[in-house]
Amino acid sequence: MALLDVKDLGVSFATNDGTVNAVNGVNLTLARGETLGIVGESGSGKSQLAFAIMGLLAQNGRARGSVKFDGQEILNAPPAIINPIRANHIAMVFQDPMTSLNPYLRVSEQMAEVLVHHKGMSRREALAECVRMLDAVKIPDAKGRIRLYPHEFSGGMRQRVMIAMSLLCRPDLLIADEPTTALDVTVQAQIMQLLAELQREFGMATILITHDLGVIAGFCERVIVLYGGRVMEEASVYPLFAEPAHPYTRGLLRAIPRVDHEGGELDSIPGSPPNMTRDQQGCPFAPRCEFAGEDCAETLAPLVEYAPGRWRACNRSLEGMA
Amino acid sequence: MVIDSTRMKSLADRLAGDEVKGRSLWADARKRFLKNKAAVSGLVVLLLVLAFAVFGNMIAAYSNETLDFSVMGQIAEKGGPSLSNGHYFGTDDLGRDLFARTVQGTQISLAVGIVGSAIAVLVGTFYGAFAGYVGGRTDNVMMRLVDILMSIPYMFVLILLLVVFGRSIIMLFMGIGLISWLDMSRIVRGQTLSLKHKEFIEAAEATGVSRLTIIRRHIVPNLLGVVAVYATLLVPLMILTESFISFLGLGVQEPLTSWGALISEGSGTINYGTLWQLAFPLFFFVITLFAFFFVGDGLRDALDPKDR
Amino acid sequence: MTGAPLLRVEDLHVAFTLRREGDWPWTPPRKLQAVNGVSFDLAEGEVLGIVGESGCGKSTLARALIQMVPATGRAIWQGKTDLLPLSRHAMLKYRADIQMVFQDPLASLNPRMTVGEIIAEPLRTHHPELGRDEVKARVKAIMDRVGLLANQINRYPHEFSGGQCQRIGIARALVVGPKLVICDEPVSALDVSIQAQVINLLMELQRDLGLTLIFIAHDLSVVKHISNRVMVLYLGQMMEMASGQALYGAPQHPYTQALLSAVPIPDPVLERQKVVIPLVGDLPSPLAPPSGCVFRTRCSRAEAICAEAVPQPTEGEHLVACHFPGPAEV
Repeated sequence: MALLDVKDLGVSFATNDGTVNAVNGVNLTLARGETLGIVGESGSGKSQLAFAIMGLLAQNGRARGSVKFDGQEILNAPPAIINPIRANHIAMVFQDPMTSLNPYLRVSEQMAEVLVHHKGMSRREALAECVRMLDAVKIPDAKGRIRLYPHEFSGGMRQRVMIAMSLLCRPDLLIADEPTTALDVTVQAQIMQLLAELQREFGMATILITHDLGVIAGFCERVIVLYGGRVMEEASVYPLFAEPAHPYTRGLLRAIPRVDHEGGELDSIPGSPPNMTRDQQGCPFAPRCEFAGEDCAETLAPLVEYAPGRWRACNRSLEGMA
Repeated sequence: MVIDSTRMKSLADRLAGDEVKGRSLWADARKRFLKNKAAVSGLVVLLLVLAFAVFGNMIAAYSNETLDFSVMGQIAEKGGPSLSNGHYFGTDDLGRDLFARTVQGTQISLAVGIVGSAIAVLVGTFYGAFAGYVGGRTDNVMMRLVDILMSIPYMFVLILLLVVFGRSIIMLFMGIGLISWLDMSRIVRGQTLSLKHKEFIEAAEATGVSRLTIIRRHIVPNLLGVVAVYATLLVPLMILTESFISFLGLGVQEPLTSWGALISEGSGTINYGTLWQLAFPLFFFVITLFAFFFVGDGLRDALDPKDR
Repeated sequence: MTGAPLLRVEDLHVAFTLRREGDWPWTPPRKLQAVNGVSFDLAEGEVLGIVGESGCGKSTLARALIQMVPATGRAIWQGKTDLLPLSRHAMLKYRADIQMVFQDPLASLNPRMTVGEIIAEPLRTHHPELGRDEVKARVKAIMDRVGLLANQINRYPHEFSGGQCQRIGIARALVVGPKLVICDEPVSALDVSIQAQVINLLMELQRDLGLTLIFIAHDLSVVKHISNRVMVLYLGQMMEMASGQALYGAPQHPYTQALLSAVPIPDPVLERQKVVIPLVGDLPSPLAPPSGCVFRTRCSRAEAICAEAVPQPTEGEHLVACHFPGPAEV
């Protein structure tokens, strides 16, 4: 059985400007120990997807569909069901660690509290375990530094603390939402390396949400490409980068400036990201797509498995994209 | 810039297109404000009160200074509100028409409130924006001055002013105006400090726009939301202050009157069966304050930046 | 061309004085050296990229050139005028020649002004003699040039997407016909697909209008695409400066090498093969930078001399400030 099974997930927000459909009919499954990358630009719904899975949507958000964790429905589930799962089995790392660390408490207190609360450890045991975990995320002098306050750490170290904290209860699933976006490249490289090592060591399934295809390329086994709240393409990482099968994925890969390529004109994707307040019909990428026909504005092709383990949602055939 | 003729042509075509009208943040705010029922009813009430103050004298059957000898001495029996003898709101203790007196009181009270908050808006906004934008030592000196003025018990000073320089309406305006801008300047300064580091201010500085123009063109328009909200909430505060002073007998002097003075008189005669003398001025006073608070809340919601 | 570079920067220093919250007014403030002795020449029509991580002083350097932060040293414009000691009034003349594009597309536009008013502001400042119609015509022409519909002139910034807002920012910078445009992270707040549009637009405008650009970014791949020459900054000091080809192809400074190795490559095969050169430890506090070479605390090549002497940049086309320059040992 899959660890995480998301069926037809939709997320909408009631705002002053009308209903925003942030996520539409997303399906995904995740096996134990698997690494999945979700890539998309701003407004693609990638973060809202993660928040919906965690049951952390904002007040005006509504989620539809089904999210099964280890066979148990957790979408819109009562707190009695979802809280223990969130505490012990799913952990999340955010872009800005300061939003999830209390600036007035020492790191030791915040970390130990998790273990005392959820695992019933004594304070002393919990502290020892926390120091072990900070060692595991390679914070030098963990024993001394655990007594510091969050703001006394640098950005990269703070993200390490956050990762250590999320791993304390040995989760089965780690959701990392843009964990390195706020960091410098050299620090980003260190954090991604660390995440990869920890993932191997602890064997947890990981969902990495990011806009950076480079980060995805280095970390994930499987990739989902989101655009306008819909899945455009899903495949294993090697074929996805080698033979992108959706016009959006292809355009995106061409538009990225790369250090290993010569400079010069980039192949940009024309137009702007979709306005999510408008009612969506058809393919959200249609207005910017070079292959779009009249049908694309009206009907959205379903996600089809065109080759084993490779899915795409496009009205044009693969040959038609040549 | 070198442009060839075909491009020039297509440029001309594109430029000829009709200019699309923009939707400003003010227009957005207006739309949100008009959706807010409580705020709109508050605004309607305010407009009615304003109309009452401006046109009330046309309806009044008596002038506010005429003594009606037919009711004198028998106010409790004959001076009550009545449509037949033209005293719609009844008469006061001396037999003057209360309707005309209330119109006059409304004029004075609204004037005090509006003038007080207008001074606050003008002085407070520019003082605060200047101190906040220029910063450094200037800011320090300017804000310490505000601190010093604020630490003086202002009701005491106001009363002293009125006692020393005589009880005149001008003095009252001055006294209230002197104090009202202090809070405003602090609020505005705080907002300016956060605006100052926005990139659009930096952009204006980089291109060499002068300081005064930056304050006028970039800072003040972006402050107006806060200022508008605070000003609407300041008007009732000013009216309350004036009423309190008048209630103490230090405010406007006869034959002028204000809500506070009328309420004071009305409450003095409450034991003689002339409840209307308190009820009518109090009614106007209360609904106006409520209306201002509703409008202020509505404005705050409409202009709130987090909603954008 | 006169032969003199458009801008020659010599030994530029920017120091901020920091006053700790709660200090007495007479406590001497601490000094933060944000930019420390940077020199470079900028030829007309050239694109100079400046890269570095957060806190390296790249934005401060740009702001120092247009007197938005006080600086010492020399910044000689067209071989004649030193910009740094100019008074506010005297500087005004040069501000039309040096314009700036900012990082946050929406925040750099006044939300209460229409696009037309925003773009017209530099014109109104530098050419107050122009009539309303003339201003409007120029604004419309430049809007068209940067790929905005000229009939949108009365719209407000919040009605545009991020990419379009950045085009407005570019139009505002170009409307007075500047010689030098300083772009401070102009694409880092934009989505990948929009980034490419804006980079292409900047490259096209630079070519067609013969602009000189200073392009500041933390993203090395973006800088590579647009720049002729690239300067790497670390803690306010220049580590290496060379042509794009030389710097990316054969970096000589260990910091540049580490920085380049850390950039993720959107190709799983290459990304998983590449060797990341690790940087040990954290960025030192700019309040107490290391003695000698500022990079020595995190450098694998550091020896005793690095703590004692500040490495002077080498001469020639490829400048390296390192005691032990050379290709990476992998």
